[in-house]
Amino acid sequence: MATATQTQTVDLAARFPGMVSADTRPGYTGFIVNKDNLIEVATAVRDEFGFDLMTAVTGVDYIAENKMEVVYHAFKTTGGAGLVFKVQVERVDPIEVPSLINIWPGVDFQEREAWDLYGIKFTGHPDLRRILMWEGFEGHPLRKDWKEPFYEEDVKPYKSRWPEGNHTYAEEKNPYRDNLNFPEGFDPEKFTVDKEEDLYLSLERDTAKDVDGSMKTEHIVVNMGPHHPSTHGVLRVAVTLDGETIIGLKPVMGYLHRNHDKIGERNTYLQIIPYTDRLDYFNSMSNNFGYVTTIEKLMKIQVAERAEYIRVIMAELSRVQNHLIFIGMLMNDLGTMYTPSLYAFEERELVLDIFEAVSGTRMMCNYFRFGGVVRDIPDYVLQKIKDLVFERLPAKTDEMERFLNENEVLVARLKGIHVLNAEDAIKYSVTGPVLRATGVPYDLRRADPYSIYDRFDFDVAVRHNGDMMDNYLIRFDEIRQSLRILEQALKQIPQGPINSQKAAYQVRVPAGEAYGRIESPKGELGFYVVSNGKPNPYRYHVRPASFVNLTAVESMCKGSKIADFVALLAMLDIVMGELDR
Amino acid sequence: MDNEKLSLPNYNIPQDIENVVAITTLDRLYNWGRRSSVWPLMFGLACCAIEMIAAQTARYDMARFGMEVMRPTPRQADMMLVSGTVTKKMLPSIIRLYNQMPEPKYVVAMGACASSGGPFKEGYNVVAGIDKFLPVDVYIPGCPPTPQALIAGMIKLQEKIDKESISKVRWYNKEKFDGNYVPMPLLGPDLIDVRRNTEIRDIAAKKTTQESA
Amino acid sequence: MYGKGILKGLSVTWKRFWDTYTEDISWMLRGKKRYNTEEGIRHRSSKDTKGIFTVQYPEEQLIVPEEFRYVPFLVYDEGADGKKEVRCTSCGICAKVCPPQCIWIVRTNDPVTNRPVPVPTDFYIDMDICMNCGFCAEYCPFDAIKMDHDFAIASYERNVYNLNKLLKPASYYAGIRPENYAREEEARKAKEAAKAAKAEAAAATS
Ligand code: SF4
Ligand code: SF4
Ligand code: SF4
Repeated sequence: MATATQTQTVDLAARFPGMVSADTRPGYTGFIVNKDNLIEVATAVRDEFGFDLMTAVTGVDYIAENKMEVVYHAFKTTGGAGLVFKVQVERVDPIEVPSLINIWPGVDFQEREAWDLYGIKFTGHPDLRRILMWEGFEGHPLRKDWKEPFYEEDVKPYKSRWPEGNHTYAEEKNPYRDNLNFPEGFDPEKFTVDKEEDLYLSLERDTAKDVDGSMKTEHIVVNMGPHHPSTHGVLRVAVTLDGETIIGLKPVMGYLHRNHDKIGERNTYLQIIPYTDRLDYFNSMSNNFGYVTTIEKLMKIQVAERAEYIRVIMAELSRVQNHLIFIGMLMNDLGTMYTPSLYAFEERELVLDIFEAVSGTRMMCNYFRFGGVVRDIPDYVLQKIKDLVFERLPAKTDEMERFLNENEVLVARLKGIHVLNAEDAIKYSVTGPVLRATGVPYDLRRADPYSIYDRFDFDVAVRHNGDMMDNYLIRFDEIRQSLRILEQALKQIPQGPINSQKAAYQVRVPAGEAYGRIESPKGELGFYVVSNGKPNPYRYHVRPASFVNLTAVESMCKGSKIADFVALLAMLDIVMGELDR
Repeated sequence: MDNEKLSLPNYNIPQDIENVVAITTLDRLYNWGRRSSVWPLMFGLACCAIEMIAAQTARYDMARFGMEVMRPTPRQADMMLVSGTVTKKMLPSIIRLYNQMPEPKYVVAMGACASSGGPFKEGYNVVAGIDKFLPVDVYIPGCPPTPQALIAGMIKLQEKIDKESISKVRWYNKEKFDGNYVPMPLLGPDLIDVRRNTEIRDIAAKKTTQESA
Repeated sequence: MYGKGILKGLSVTWKRFWDTYTEDISWMLRGKKRYNTEEGIRHRSSKDTKGIFTVQYPEEQLIVPEEFRYVPFLVYDEGADGKKEVRCTSCGICAKVCPPQCIWIVRTNDPVTNRPVPVPTDFYIDMDICMNCGFCAEYCPFDAIKMDHDFAIASYERNVYNLNKLLKPASYYAGIRPENYAREEEARKAKEAAKAAKAEAAAATS
């Protein structure tokens, strides 16, 4: 069951007496490592104990205890339970923790995020710049004592809404009459704008030097994005070009940073559900799934049997339409403007019709509740799903393959263009189809089964070359496997209640922490939640698949042509809502 | 040409030439031309952009309104469809794009976020509505507006275009028209709207005195 | 042979193109109307859809399922003399549960006793913040707030709806969500019957 990740199989405290102690706070698991021994312990965790995949790194601000904590979640690519370890430091600036970037390069962006939002300095990190906010922004927003300009109260519901809720705009309460807050005595005229020198310096540092004997050419730096027709949303990448070859690359993000974590910590547990819809907005069902499983883990409740099946059906349908769009969008990026994506969107519309019928909206479903789902699937919708799964979608997937797979131009663009090898993929904590295309059969539905995935008969889609063609074809394999799961689920779905809990707008969540993760269509989607027993989470963190997968983009794209870069980026299947949150 | 829409309703055309002759005013002709070819800027910000793409695809097919020609360059666009959350970090780019668009140009705020910040309004990196910086012509509530709602909004925009008159529109009025230029905001400790510099300085200064008092 | 794959792909496009006409002709031969009819729209959204997929809004509209939700509205029952009996008791649950906190309710206080009266003096929803999540309708204990099907609400101004603008009659609600309406009415009648029975029993014993 889902709780498998919580059980400890490794006793770090016994291996490192005096350096590591078990975390004994009620509801907490894992180990607390001394700051000074972190590197040593982490190396052992990777080499001795074999936790090769560092998935989540995040900070927690325990302001009452005057502590800042960094939480690490490490897993094995062979599957099974994870290992949680933490470092605690005094909450006095400068807060310093050794960086683990040399042990798991995949922590790169996540450490930068913790620096940006918590002000935790990771010593030894070569490129510790802000990542989501811009350089020069005042403060570290996720700290508990940092207040946003439209701050009203610590937690919702706000008292001004009822019983004397005369409508006021939030702007009216702010002295600047806008979502603004400046430090005292700030003078906008005497202020110099950050020219992003840090970015260009770091780009220059990591740029490959001219290869001996090659023609002397001048390098140029090009900024693609944040508004660029082929970057899948508001991502910006600064690239150094030698002719047409990319020799240096830095992604710049945060252009859609919507403060998901901060708002989440103000929300009640229930109120977060619709916000998770807006993370990976192609797959609101999967996001809901990940979040509610995490909270259910904390609450230790069972999910109604029928609801489990409904959840799986919705999540897999979501995966099918996500991969279809992926294929359509990839074709757009390769230059076959529109026809394949029009075909893909047609099937997507039919899937969205189902989402609309069960949940009410096409994209932002808000369908899952703790203990089940919000309403039952009506019979006619169930029939519609069956029609799609048994008849239409398999035929249309075949048609899509017939349409594209052998196209000579497509093959020329995809075959043999290297994306990642297995070693690098694991190193950079890449998950999802991109990892599986390199030959690592790591799928959470098998590796660490959650919900009822252990009941279904399906194969983990794997391909072995790690080139673009494999990355592309694996999407089709996954659609087929999802359809297989769907067929079984639709045959087995039992009658019964759809929620094991009573509908209530406030839930009791016992104190403690939980890390829940699911295999979203883009990779591992994790939620780290700390509860202190109050109606609102104390810490709410999303470990987005797109964000961490993007860590690999720099090493992936160096040396490739700029025209391929667009397709390489498409391979990662990033979505900005989840990447920037 | 759509006779019904073009001809003035109260002008009697002899029956025998009804099918050959259409009577119209210059305004109507001008507006008919513009309303039927509003080219949007190819530009998506967040979740709403996905519904915008969906509106372009087969089921909704905005091409029926002459709005399928998504222009990647602002120089060729007539309408900016602000489809999603506008963040402070993104805002300078949006303003730059807007300034680069030639007149006549329209701004449509699609979805709650673009209209007022939406569900993320309280966020520290979110602009509380694009109308703080750009003149918005149509607001489309919804989160996200369904493709049909978006098309309904587009029809609303067409209605607005229909009411304009070639003799009065701002972009032909040489004396009064200042190009509709919006100064670029800067990213400092927070987003700086340079039009409000003195105001910001005054309030920031006052805050110090208040807190020390 | 080079180019075979491309030709194969083109055959798919060609078939799709061809389907457009065969489908239209087959409808015509069967003497049915494919466009502007409910049957046609339903068929275009079914698993058998082929050929033209477009639903030509605004002339045609997609048939939305009952659960479709856009923005919230308040339900009132039509009283005997045409008076609007607002169902909302201003209990405040929707305002508490609303994730972006965009509901504002002014509760009425009795001018004499200063005790709360179960009607809202005013009720605001900021439609430019509302995230269409449906929580308010889901958790309202009095079936007073419901999610609307009307999505053509674009405007030239920002949208803050007040009580007047939010109110819609129960008959409208019954029209857009017949099944929900029937279920709720039944539950309500059962509840009232139980109450009456209880009162009767209480009267009998005393
Ligand atoms: S209005 Fe809603 S759907 Fe649109 S961008 Fe904002 S959160 Fe996303
Ligand atoms: S609408 Fe319903 S939940 Fe909201 S105040 Fe009125 S009765 Fe209470
Ligand atoms: S639909 Fe959701 S966001 Fe909108 S008013 Fe209701 S509870 Fe609030």
